[in-house]
Amino acid sequence: MVETRPLPRARALRRTVSTVLGSRWALVGLLALIALFIAVASSMQGVTGTRMLGLIVRGVLLGGVLALGALGVTLVFGVLKMANFAHGDMMTVGAYLGLVVMSLLPAGAPVLGLGFGYEFIVALVVVMPLVGLIAYGLDRLTFRRLRQRRSAPVMMAMAALGIAFGLRSIVYMVFGADFAFYYQGRARPVVELFPGVRVRTDQLFILGLAVLLIVLVYLLLERTKVGKAMRAMADNADLARISGIPTERVVFWTWLVGGALAGAGGMLYGLDVQLRPEMGWWLLLPLFASVILGTIGNVYGALLGAFTMGIVWQVSSAFVNPAYGPAAAFVVMILALLVRPQGLMGGDR
Amino acid sequence: MDATVLPRSVLLAVPLYLLLVVVLRGRSAVVKHVVAVVAALALSAALTLLLPAGTLSYVTTFLLMGSVYAVLTLGLNVQWGYTGLFNIGIAAFFAIGAFTSALFTTNMPTGSLAAFTQQAFGLGAPFWVGLLAAGAVAGLLALLVGGPTLRLRGDYLAIATIGIAELVRLVFQNERWLANGPQPLRGLPQPLSCLTGNGCDWLPGFVNSFFAPLAPRDYPYVYVAIVALVLFLVYTGLERAIRSPWGRVLRAVREDEDAAAMSGKNVAAFRMQAFVVGAVIMGMGGSLYAHYVVAIDYGHFDPLYGTFLIWVMLMLGGSGNNRGAVLGALLVWAIWTGASFLVDALRPTLAAISPQLPQRGPYIRFLLISLLMLFIVLYRPRGVLPEEKVVSLTRD
Amino acid sequence: MSLLTVEGVVSGYGEMQVLRGVDLRVEEGEIVSIVGPNGAGKSTVMKLIFGLIKPWEGKVTFAGEDISGLPPEQIVRRGLCYVPQVDNVFPTLTVEENLEMGAYILDEPLKARKERVYELFPRLAERRSQRAGKMSGGERQMVAMGRALMLDPKLLMLDEPSAGLAPLLVDLIFEKVAEINRTGVAVLMVEQNAKRSLELAHRGYVLATGKNQVEGPGSQLLGDPEVARLYLGG
Repeated sequence: MVETRPLPRARALRRTVSTVLGSRWALVGLLALIALFIAVASSMQGVTGTRMLGLIVRGVLLGGVLALGALGVTLVFGVLKMANFAHGDMMTVGAYLGLVVMSLLPAGAPVLGLGFGYEFIVALVVVMPLVGLIAYGLDRLTFRRLRQRRSAPVMMAMAALGIAFGLRSIVYMVFGADFAFYYQGRARPVVELFPGVRVRTDQLFILGLAVLLIVLVYLLLERTKVGKAMRAMADNADLARISGIPTERVVFWTWLVGGALAGAGGMLYGLDVQLRPEMGWWLLLPLFASVILGTIGNVYGALLGAFTMGIVWQVSSAFVNPAYGPAAAFVVMILALLVRPQGLMGGDR
Repeated sequence: MDATVLPRSVLLAVPLYLLLVVVLRGRSAVVKHVVAVVAALALSAALTLLLPAGTLSYVTTFLLMGSVYAVLTLGLNVQWGYTGLFNIGIAAFFAIGAFTSALFTTNMPTGSLAAFTQQAFGLGAPFWVGLLAAGAVAGLLALLVGGPTLRLRGDYLAIATIGIAELVRLVFQNERWLANGPQPLRGLPQPLSCLTGNGCDWLPGFVNSFFAPLAPRDYPYVYVAIVALVLFLVYTGLERAIRSPWGRVLRAVREDEDAAAMSGKNVAAFRMQAFVVGAVIMGMGGSLYAHYVVAIDYGHFDPLYGTFLIWVMLMLGGSGNNRGAVLGALLVWAIWTGASFLVDALRPTLAAISPQLPQRGPYIRFLLISLLMLFIVLYRPRGVLPEEKVVSLTRD
Repeated sequence: MSLLTVEGVVSGYGEMQVLRGVDLRVEEGEIVSIVGPNGAGKSTVMKLIFGLIKPWEGKVTFAGEDISGLPPEQIVRRGLCYVPQVDNVFPTLTVEENLEMGAYILDEPLKARKERVYELFPRLAERRSQRAGKMSGGERQMVAMGRALMLDPKLLMLDEPSAGLAPLLVDLIFEKVAEINRTGVAVLMVEQNAKRSLELAHRGYVLATGKNQVEGPGSQLLGDPEVARLYLGG
């Protein structure tokens, strides 16, 4: 590329600055700066330490739910090199399928001091593989054909958007536009974690389950043949093929796992907050923000990103309108991209 | 003969004339224009006489909204079709154009109205000021937003634009002081609505008396002429731009960015220019939209209506192609409105499946549009009109 | 009957023709080297044999079976394994995991096979839990070859095994190729380093402009002025 030639020393300096600026520590520093900014801004608004702690705790809980979605997004991206814009709506589908399953079962007594009954667990167990299969089916019908044709990424993205809106419209058609709840009017037991910081036992369950699923995914990727094949394909799909790995089978498992995580994420979010047809689409931005911050395709990064974004989302409500939560995550993502486009876990340029 | 026939034909002749000017090819410009005028008047008179008023009115409204969306699609074509910028946040520019135009052209609410409506400012300016302001502010947003995001790779840019659209939507939903969000901002003035009312003060008497038979319900005829004029100007402007040296560089950037960079072109600057130009056009589309619907709120610019629909239009019509953009817009708008007829017709069947289904008609349309997009992507990715080979007018 | 025969193969990428009629054969247990100038189509022949590109004309036969146009996952099952020139390991997987991927299609325990690879490449045994991407060029080449050997192939195809390696490592790699061959595995090798590979090979082919130019025992080709003329140095 034809470039003007500044003095060698100036160029070396510029290069050093850009390397430093693009380093992992610079990004961590940016996040620390943002944390500082939030701390200062909220103390100026008179937010107490207790409230802040409470928000951070809520952020961690939200992060758990985001992590489930983010894992799915990053797995699909890693193996298929595709940004799945339909992931949020897959979570919505999971949430609403859960509603259907639960309506078919007789309501049970609340389990173990939590706010829900056995039917929620049963629904989770049924919905997770179901959403996984739906995700795989949609892939077979659409993305796979585009992959075989080596279509441009915009075509894949448009297909994903088409699926996203299509799924959402079906949810609207079947359930209408109103809110829905898994449980209404039920007691929601609360526990005090730290002095002044209360969480619902449901929320602890949600976090616990999210962590459990994350550990299971870790075991899948690190200890099973299929999981290793997923990582291999993410590294180099051509080499995987050359080694004889049945790539379509690996793709099946990727969608199954990604879809199942989306389904679980959707149901857990629905349990914590509420169900509405737009819920998944609203989560799409924080999901991708998490994944991009943590480097797209990187599983650990997705987790780090999700918990970070969850905390940013919740904590931002200390000094702006809570509706802007997802927007706060988005702004952090943009800033992170400016400093280090390859994210926290990406290789050095 | 109904007294409104004459004024309605004259108004309808305007879009027809503009269409013929674009479509007709002829050596002599004067001849072409004369033929177009005559043909347009004749055609429009025929339509007005032959079609029942209700049907013609419906067609006019259809053309009107189709043309508004055509403007938006042309804007997207500059960004995506010509420069390869993956913008899934069209709604941001659409919305900001609409609200800017609204704020510029309405007056600050006074008296009892002030209790219900809040807005940041209201200049009470004429429509065309609102139109230009809409474009300018949308362009400004693009400038601000493009800086950090345009250098990102394709799918990251897509996410960034989704984020911008969400941010704009949230602002207009939550900031009451700005544009009355979430409540609608009402009472947007309709340009030349005086023609269908008591006559415009600034027009000569004979014009007013010519249009006197028209009633406010005939206003779409007036507005379609205005929209057609804006669409025509945008279309011819873009057609000229794309054949200019600037347009050539844009296409070169899309085809092979590295090669373009190597020939010394400042790729980043060109991408920004295309992004801003596209955004300006989208903003103007927003203004055109707002002054037709007269009351706007954030819900008008949700991801489906404000972004996805326009992508479907461009993909169906054929991206990289201004004619394709306009054709796609009209086709998809036809499908969209046609679908609502279909859904109405199927009402009894729907009611049989479930009592709530008929009122959820709009969502059935969403599904149809989504399926249309999937169909296009899978079976006809190039769209209806393939990309034309563009020959530049001048050498560099 | 030869283990591998390539007959009259014509092919290329998209519309660009690279191979204009290539014939070669590999007998069981022998080392065959394909040399030639850049752009001659050497790598293309390998990719074609392994099913990464399809032949426009001609035929590829392996162990009596026509494998022309079969996809790689089918070819691998028939005892033919391939080590590409670049990007030939999974960088975020460990050495051990890379080997496991080589034998993915098998359902049996892999301990014995892995041990055989570690015996062949003791350096890998020490580093079995290290990420392949963090290893040196030479070690990575060993991982790549080890991965291909996991299925006990009858024929091992190597695309420029010595590319980018320091001379000491080049010696090592060629030594290992000889060792592999002594266990009965036939080797088909594409090499820029013509001298070393022809020294090692039982037979060689010189490819230029997509066609065979010369063929013969490796030692004969080495001394042949025609071969030296066909391209400078090597």
